[in-house]
Amino acid sequence: MKEFIIKEFKQIFRDYRTMTILFGIPIAQVLLFGFALTMDLKNVHFAVLDLAKDEHSRKIIDKMDASDYFIFDRYLSSFDEIETVFKEGIVKEVIVFEPNFSQILTKENSAQLQIIADASDPNVANILVNYTQAIITNYQQNLFADNPLGKMVRPEPMFKYNPALKSVYMFVPGIITVILLLVSAMMTSISIAREKELGTMEVLLVSPIKPIQIIVGKVIPYMVLSFLNFVIILLLSFLVFDMPSSGNMPLLLAETFLYIFMSLALGIFISTVSSSQQTAMMLSMFALLLPTILLSGFIFPIKNMPDILIWISHIMPSKWFIIIIKGIMLKGAGLMDVWFETLIILAQTIFFIILSIKKFKIRLT
Amino acid sequence: MSKSVIIQNLSKIYPGVKALDGISCTVNKGEIFGFIGPDGAGKTTLFRILTSLLIPDEGTATVDGDDVVKDYKSIRAKVGYMPGKFSLYQDLSVEENLKFFAGVFKTTIAENYHLIEGIYKQIEPFKHRLAGNLSGGMKQKLALSCALIHKPTVLFLDEPTTGVDAVSRKEFWEMLHQLKSTGLTIIVSTPYMDEAALCDRVALLQNGKILSIASPEEIVAGFPHKLYGIKSEKLYPLNELLKLEKQVHSTYLFGDSIHLVLQQNASIDILMEKIKTKNFDDLEWEIISPDIEDCFMELMHKT
Repeated sequence: MKEFIIKEFKQIFRDYRTMTILFGIPIAQVLLFGFALTMDLKNVHFAVLDLAKDEHSRKIIDKMDASDYFIFDRYLSSFDEIETVFKEGIVKEVIVFEPNFSQILTKENSAQLQIIADASDPNVANILVNYTQAIITNYQQNLFADNPLGKMVRPEPMFKYNPALKSVYMFVPGIITVILLLVSAMMTSISIAREKELGTMEVLLVSPIKPIQIIVGKVIPYMVLSFLNFVIILLLSFLVFDMPSSGNMPLLLAETFLYIFMSLALGIFISTVSSSQQTAMMLSMFALLLPTILLSGFIFPIKNMPDILIWISHIMPSKWFIIIIKGIMLKGAGLMDVWFETLIILAQTIFFIILSIKKFKIRLT
Repeated sequence: MSKSVIIQNLSKIYPGVKALDGISCTVNKGEIFGFIGPDGAGKTTLFRILTSLLIPDEGTATVDGDDVVKDYKSIRAKVGYMPGKFSLYQDLSVEENLKFFAGVFKTTIAENYHLIEGIYKQIEPFKHRLAGNLSGGMKQKLALSCALIHKPTVLFLDEPTTGVDAVSRKEFWEMLHQLKSTGLTIIVSTPYMDEAALCDRVALLQNGKILSIASPEEIVAGFPHKLYGIKSEKLYPLNELLKLEKQVHSTYLFGDSIHLVLQQNASIDILMEKIKTKNFDDLEWEIISPDIEDCFMELMHKT
């Protein structure tokens, strides 16, 4: 067995493609999601059709321009121009002030302005409108601060566990989950399928080595490497993205260990049903990658899915691990908070290990 | 003489093909036994059954007293197996491969070095080279070393010389004879009929059936016909022409001559005179003694 593990490490280190997949892709993914593919909006261009051109309309425009989210692009002179400016594509939002905006506002304590957003990307439009409303609400609160007529309920929202609503807080746990599953399962399944494809499995079978020894010999090297991978991603998220690191570290490491083990067991199971590296890779990619990304709650909230997808998501190990890792990293949860999820992953691990050993063929077919 | 391998009525059926069709034979301890036959004859299937990799559909087989189905674990510990396809780790070096297989069989290179010394010495200068970068002959030597490192009692070599150059083939057979002198039973398969003469006994396999089991000498002695060797500049058209003649029993191209067997009562002189008139005026013929290939051709001709 020792020889097997040594051999496996040598093969991994000699294969630069494996090494690239193992370490390059995870790091690239984290950096990409962290920096480039962020859902936070910044510096969005907006235009204004100001039919008032008075004190308050100008102040509101200045306030928006001064925020990090918006950049004042230009004044429009007619309603027809709104269409034109959206078609150009740079301006994503137009604000229309009614004539005599300031006058009406001070007299009637209520004036109207219209927010028109480019909803060809609905998520972006939604966020923009929310941002704009927040800025305007804030403006009027300051305006009426000492006006007795302006008494109103003032909600003070507070976003717990992610006060700045940084999307990187959501992505890092998601990426860790997807990457660990994919790398562990794909790498082990390919590496076992390679032994079959190149005929070395035939020689291994005609030897006293037991199936469990082959499986463990494959699991240990990838376990070590996946764990190392996890540590790298974690360090990146702390150092580059300022993720909170207040959670229970030993628990996080232990849970990750369990999850990696589950992924490896899944990979071995995949390899028992595929006879070539190609099949193993396809199975890992399509049977694992897509459902993991779509149904784990990584990007799309599970709550909004139709019932059948919610049921499918329950059998996704990644769904449970995302709950665990978010709980520990963001909320500082302890084992008592995530024992149920942990138990599910543990059960899945045992299930796949038993299945793999049962399905492992001691003969050729 | 004690038996190393006993095969009784062995059959293996794949969908649509009967790969092995009721084979029976025995291999004595310490002999080199060859299964000779063309591609698709069932050699690899037979070897996989004997090494416990496949389960036969009918019949039984024992290797060194162990049943290939029931006692597969003890068979796997004591046989050496070299599959037809090169099946070592191409991305490990020569030495690493050997070390790995020694480890898998719970032994060390040092412990059994004397077994492989003669073979391994030849590739030892390249022991740091990756197995994938070796030449065909060297790969063969390495694979043989790996199959021998655990001191097997029976060695199964499935087409060990396919794809290997003539010199390496000759060396390889010399190594097998050296190994035989240590008392090892060697079972080898090959599509090359000339290699049959290098075995102690051979079985001719075709379409999953054994046509004949005998020593090479017996096989040659049993050739029932007069054999003629015919030479001409235009061998191929001549062979085609001879196939059409009624007096001809069989005709085969053998390198630089045609080996011809006539029907009983037919006369070589009359036939040759007839052929000569068909634009083959350089014909030469003589009676030759058959070799093992002629015998196999004859056996295959019969079926």
